[in-house]
Amino acid sequence: MTANSLAEKLKLEVVCCPCPEKEVSGVYIGDLLSWVMGRAKEGDAWLTIMSNINIVAVASLADTAAVILTEGVTVDEKITETAAAKGVNIFTSNKPSYETAVEISELI
Amino acid sequence: MSEPLVFTFKVDGGDFTSAGQASVQVKKNLNQIGFPPEVIRRVSIAMYEGEINMVIHADGGVATIKVDENCIEIVLADKGPGIADVEKAMQEGFSTAPDEVRGLGFGAGMGLPNMKRYTDEMTVDSTVGVGTTITMKVNY
Repeated sequence: MTANSLAEKLKLEVVCCPCPEKEVSGVYIGDLLSWVMGRAKEGDAWLTIMSNINIVAVASLADTAAVILTEGVTVDEKITETAAAKGVNIFTSNKPSYETAVEISELI
Repeated sequence: MSEPLVFTFKVDGGDFTSAGQASVQVKKNLNQIGFPPEVIRRVSIAMYEGEINMVIHADGGVATIKVDENCIEIVLADKGPGIADVEKAMQEGFSTAPDEVRGLGFGAGMGLPNMKRYTDEMTVDSTVGVGTTITMKVNY
């Protein structure tokens, strides 16, 4: 399933979606950046509550399909701009990571 | 191939807002050259971890990436405090990062282990009080 249709089906808020056609093939949940770097797989939707600027580089380098900030966490404009420029999709959700992951699992 | 292609980046210390820029640029360059995605991913992850380490521990340093005929070599050199016990530093979960850095999601003690995991060769040359040079190779 593509990143933009996932956002649509899960009714996620789209912060930025410069690469809507990226294929979501799995999920990784984590907030420690090196764990994410080392363990997330290409094409994963990365669920996190970490919202500082460094998530953009990590998502970009690990080739995740999208970052989904859960639990109602938001990002500031600077991060949105950087993510848009670096081709990183960012969505937000008010739901917890577990529920979001379960919903994604039913779709992919 | 005659002359190897070399990219050099200065990594600023203590600047977490721009940390990772060199790695993102290398990823872009390797992409343009046409390397397979998995090779690019391994190089950029290993380099990012090293870049972050230099930002956290060594007040920055220099990253040099050399594209050779059969491998991509990443050399990260800093004049930081050095690593007292390299074997210990290589263990997953061991970290000396300060609390404020951990609050940003770094300092999980996975940096050096990730660098080793994603590269084919890695050597750590470190002298306490002098600095650290890490050389990594990703074969392709």
